[in-house]
Amino acid sequence: MNKEEIIKTIKEKFPEDIEEIDKTIDLTIKVKRDKILSICKFLHDAPGLEFDYLVDICGVDYPGRPSRFDVVYHFCSIKRKHRIRLKASLGGGEFISSVESVWKAANWYEREVYDLLGIKFDNHPNLQRILLPDEWEGHPLRKDYPLVTDEGEKWLEEKLKTYLPEEVVNGKL
Amino acid sequence: MAEVQELVVNMGPQHPSTHGVLRLVVQLDGEVVTKITPHLGYLHRGLEKLAENKTYAQFLPVTDRLDYIAAVSNNLAYCLAVEKLLGLEVPRRASYIRVILAELTRIVSHLVWLATHALDLGAFTPFLYCFREREMILDIYEMYCGSRLTTTAFRIGGVPRDLDEDLQKKIEEFIDIFPSKIKEYESLLTRNKIWLKRTMEVGIISAEEAINYSLSGPPLRGCGVEWDLRKVEPYCVYDELEFDIPTGRGVGDTYDRYLVRLEEMRQSCRIIKQAFEKMPSGKLMAEEAKVVPPPKEKVATQIESLIHHFHIMSEGFNPPRREVYQSIEAPKGELGFYIISDGSPKPYRMKIRVPSFANLQAIGKMCENGMMMADVVAIIGTLDIVLGEIDR
Repeated sequence: MNKEEIIKTIKEKFPEDIEEIDKTIDLTIKVKRDKILSICKFLHDAPGLEFDYLVDICGVDYPGRPSRFDVVYHFCSIKRKHRIRLKASLGGGEFISSVESVWKAANWYEREVYDLLGIKFDNHPNLQRILLPDEWEGHPLRKDYPLVTDEGEKWLEEKLKTYLPEEVVNGKL
Repeated sequence: MAEVQELVVNMGPQHPSTHGVLRLVVQLDGEVVTKITPHLGYLHRGLEKLAENKTYAQFLPVTDRLDYIAAVSNNLAYCLAVEKLLGLEVPRRASYIRVILAELTRIVSHLVWLATHALDLGAFTPFLYCFREREMILDIYEMYCGSRLTTTAFRIGGVPRDLDEDLQKKIEEFIDIFPSKIKEYESLLTRNKIWLKRTMEVGIISAEEAINYSLSGPPLRGCGVEWDLRKVEPYCVYDELEFDIPTGRGVGDTYDRYLVRLEEMRQSCRIIKQAFEKMPSGKLMAEEAKVVPPPKEKVATQIESLIHHFHIMSEGFNPPRREVYQSIEAPKGELGFYIISDGSPKPYRMKIRVPSFANLQAIGKMCENGMMMADVVAIIGTLDIVLGEIDR
């Protein structure tokens, strides 16, 4: 299917829930957050669309906007050989439905988005940090998270105090 | 009656057969795996955060550190993504050089995979053979760009250097002898009884499951799915070159993935051979003064070019406000860059879609159906993961 046909098929089924369409380079459709699961199910199952392959899920932070985050999905159809990008925005405390029930691959992708941006997914089987340690504070890919911190030095200082005699730490020995 | 107890074994992060710093917590019933939980992040360097704080040109050398076995592929994917963002057309000769180096990288990556995979399963000789041939390709890289692993072989808008006659001769020599070397590996493994017992019917995954788990590259093709981005969405000049997509026997086990990768190495040789025949002469860099710095000779002799060079190198360039996703068929699968530009010289957000991340996720599925502890090692090997790109 070409871009126009894909847009038409989705528009027919969800006339109310599409917020934005951009087809300049890659086909991008922005949809309402609370409809994401039913739209995803439709994309996966509808004859002609058959987006059977989840390429990627990515979170983006726009601190200046009222609904702060974007979740961006990239889908691809191995059967039909076409691609689509789906977007949904949500505010700081809001939840978005997990699509793990449609594509198993979403499990880790959503954990990564949660880990690095703090976006929470509803009905996710195991929403835990994946790349950072469980006790990590903050979400590094948020725009207000600093690039360089003295976290490492603080940690080292703490460890030195615990394991080395006081004279060594103070540089007297 | 004896009490039955489940055993929990911690494997890694420092373990030779986890191919890097992967940690697996394996629950065992006797020798049979009941559950497997991967723990990632031991190599997390925050590359995506770093990308938001570097100009487009500055981030290029960082991409070498993603899949450090096949750095050229990362460079290619990144350059293509930025060029798509800018709407930049690359000269044809540069595209051909890119294809030649990228296919050599596919061979390098598969050689390291075969070497370590076979070593994990107890075959020592293929390791020596594969690293012998890998050395030849690394020498070619060294002749081309001066480094062997972290290559930064391409630039945004083209390639920095031409393939001169010596280099071309060296690559052609390698392509001529390499098929006979693949035969050597095959004589050691393909009909070896121990190899067959260790790989056949191990780590089976069906085509539907593979697609649902977003597998890509040889693990997907090993299930019989004919999916190769070089054919489906041709980039560079792959649409002008002839090659086949191997799909194995269609069982989806470790042996199938072994067959697929061996055949891919042969196909890569075929592609390089054709590329040399069809390669036109011409420019190496696109002519776009705002993005591509002037040639070095001019920078050294003319003040305008020096200023121009300084501008591009220190400030970078401003791409239009838009977002693009561009992916390539890297040796390990679909490698894609999703770049959001806000019009400034630094990307607003860059997401790197790496093949190993999705491929590793399927390890739980592959370890079902009574796989044993020793098979876990075979399955990690057959997925061909690199932690540098999983953890980013």
